[in-house]
Amino acid sequence: MRGATHAKWAACAVTVALAATACGGGGDSGGGGGDGSGIVGSSWGDPQNPLEPANTNEVQGGKVLDMIFRGLVRYDPKSGEAKNMVADKIDTKDSQNFIVKLKDGWKFSNGEKVTAKSFVDAWNYGAHLKNNQKNAYFFGYIEGYDKVHPEKGDASADKLSGLKVVDDKTFTVKLTQKFSTWPKTLGYPAFAPLPKTFYDDHDAWLAKPVGNGPYTVDSYDKGSKMSLRKWDDYSGEDKAKNGGVDLKVYTDNNTAYTDLMAGNLDLVDDVPASQLKNAKSDLGDRYINTPAGIIQTLAFPFYDSKWSKAGMEKVRQGLSMAINRDQITETIFQKTRTPATDWTSPVLGEAGGYKSGLCGDPCKYDADKAKKLIADGGGIPGGTLKITYNADTGSHKEWVDAVCNSINKALGNDKSCVGSPVGTFADFRSKASQQKLDGAWRAGWQMDYPLIQNFLQPLYYTDAPSNDGKWSNKEFDKLVDKANAETDTGKAVSTFQDAEKVLADQMAVIPLWYQNGSAGYSDKVSDVALNQFSVPVYNEIKVS
Amino acid sequence: MGRYVIRRLLQMIPVFFGATLLIFLMVNVMGDPVAGLCGDRKCDPATAAQLKKEFGLDKPVWQQYATYMGNVFTGDFGTAFNGQKVTELMSTAFPLTIRLTLVAIVFEIVIGISLGVVTGLRRGRPIDTVVLLLTLVVIAIPTFVTGLLLQLLLGVEWGVIKPSVSSEAPVNELIVPGLVLASVSLAYVTRLTRTSIAENRRADYVRTAIAKGLPRRRVITRHLLRNSLIPVVTFIGTDIGALMGGAIVTERIFNIHGVGFQLYQGILRQSTQTVVGFVTVLVLVFLVANLIVDLLYAVLDPRIRYA
Repeated sequence: MRGATHAKWAACAVTVALAATACGGGGDSGGGGGDGSGIVGSSWGDPQNPLEPANTNEVQGGKVLDMIFRGLVRYDPKSGEAKNMVADKIDTKDSQNFIVKLKDGWKFSNGEKVTAKSFVDAWNYGAHLKNNQKNAYFFGYIEGYDKVHPEKGDASADKLSGLKVVDDKTFTVKLTQKFSTWPKTLGYPAFAPLPKTFYDDHDAWLAKPVGNGPYTVDSYDKGSKMSLRKWDDYSGEDKAKNGGVDLKVYTDNNTAYTDLMAGNLDLVDDVPASQLKNAKSDLGDRYINTPAGIIQTLAFPFYDSKWSKAGMEKVRQGLSMAINRDQITETIFQKTRTPATDWTSPVLGEAGGYKSGLCGDPCKYDADKAKKLIADGGGIPGGTLKITYNADTGSHKEWVDAVCNSINKALGNDKSCVGSPVGTFADFRSKASQQKLDGAWRAGWQMDYPLIQNFLQPLYYTDAPSNDGKWSNKEFDKLVDKANAETDTGKAVSTFQDAEKVLADQMAVIPLWYQNGSAGYSDKVSDVALNQFSVPVYNEIKVS
Repeated sequence: MGRYVIRRLLQMIPVFFGATLLIFLMVNVMGDPVAGLCGDRKCDPATAAQLKKEFGLDKPVWQQYATYMGNVFTGDFGTAFNGQKVTELMSTAFPLTIRLTLVAIVFEIVIGISLGVVTGLRRGRPIDTVVLLLTLVVIAIPTFVTGLLLQLLLGVEWGVIKPSVSSEAPVNELIVPGLVLASVSLAYVTRLTRTSIAENRRADYVRTAIAKGLPRRRVITRHLLRNSLIPVVTFIGTDIGALMGGAIVTERIFNIHGVGFQLYQGILRQSTQTVVGFVTVLVLVFLVANLIVDLLYAVLDPRIRYA
């Protein structure tokens, strides 16, 4: 009551003040009718790293790169299939040596031609240690990477020896190992071509990036706003269907949602958790909730003998069975997560390697069996399972508590599982990557490209870069190697799935749920969709 | 007076070094910031080592602090993790926050002091009770509730304002955020002024002034108010610093990319350079504001003189 009275009083005071200063609502985002010249206003987050293709590893920077760059191939926003963009064809006879031929007519928005050199130079730049590019390891399969990016010490070469420019339209790539699906990884932004100005005047380029995509950067006000405009001379077929996009940085996604409700914004691609309940009724059809290539898991410390000794796989399977995924995804996530039944993601599709139910019984909730399995395996080491998570972002506390609750209930013991928060994401990551965590921790994986390989190899292969738990299994490694050498895609996928079955037997990590991308949009725009990376497909959006 | 000012300025030096060192140590205790830069994956060790070298994180903390302070005196506050100079961040963030703080201070002074005078002169009357109740409500409700409520009502329901402030943040868009930011302090200013006025009303000099037959207006503004303002000025002075640092909540709600936003971002990303840089400037603001308050005493009450 008091609150309401007070608000009314304050509101009146403010209304008077506003009238006095002649302020008001009023919109500045230009209309434009249905002629394709309207501007889309969209929410954005401050990119964490400088905006360079090989240095951007999160969604916010990725959004921009997807608008201003087109690489050799591009993933179809609907099917996820890798389709040739700038590449005319990528040929190989032995899955290790590739010949890349480019299409005619591609240009950067400053008029420069996109040539074989644009790619080779960009990749050399991305791989070189001295340039500090966070995605450098993407070039790790190319021969000579260990020279330009050694694990210790300075680089002994300036260029990747596996890259050779043949002529303006052709270059060759030599990999260090057979990797049949390698051409399909080239849709990742790190493989984008770069114009000469990038090297000549790097600061100026960073202030206003120039690419070869359907949009050009009109103005970039770091940390607050980026205006992108349709580039009329764009060489590709996926021309922008709107006049441009204004990306506006929000300090809080709740504010972005409020702006959407008030009609100040056209698109919010990250509906805040607290609004998920209302989103459906607020937006109706204009609320999108589609699968994204993200899976969340619980990881274990295999570097700790307590967790790696024989018999522990039963404990891990038991823990998995003690988690009521259906209930948690429904009550806590409002169905923006789907209970996981394998270690990949539904966005891969059947042909791509997603197999519903591959995990089998261990991923189904069964409290009695869980209790028995854990007892058979010798019980939880130390009697209590500690789940570490970072408390600063992503509202992990809620679900970790729920998971613990579910485990405690299944085992009939209040002290079986506890959550253990760490202050910041950076601290959490540094502990995880240095093997300083004991017990379990929340883990997650956002795919780099829609390939089953990307969901398995970087995470579970022996000593792989993101194998924080140091899980190691010879059988698994052997199957992954075999799958990579397979020239037939279908066979490669099924071999990867065989490897995945090893994961199920050993329960290397517990798959929890697949994450969806959620977005909401105003009635001013249409044809809004999210791709597999949960990034809006901006060039398809129409403004009415 | 001059010696007093010099002494105060000298006192600022240890405070300045102590505060920056503390912040530096606190941010460092949080662990290795580079690990958070690569998302949910491990940074490749060579790149991580290279980044650490570039940001000077591979050296011992005391050496990092020494280098940092050395750079600060040449006006170099280092580089944030997204590649932007911290001075560049400051040059966009501080003007916004200063503008917001000024709007808030103006609200405090105009609304707070006038309400305080009115209620102080009419102690115990209905208006006094009403205002007292209102200030109680304002103090009791957290800022983010007031902020979100106003944003929802004025921005979404009635469409009087835009729910978020644009990146240029002109003053007219800052009125509501400024009012929200000022709300709690405003209530305190009202109460402080009221008590002070009510107390001094019965003072000898006020009676003398009335007895001399001075007009009521002059008695109140020149005699009563001037003497009653000392505690209020102290409060507002210290509040300047608090408002600038404490704007985090308001800035988040109304999407203002000011000091609060940059600090929040810096802490989340464990960017030592950003956090220490901004806090250093905030410490300076605090110190200067306090100095000005102390000097204002002498202006308000000539009996207070500093030797």
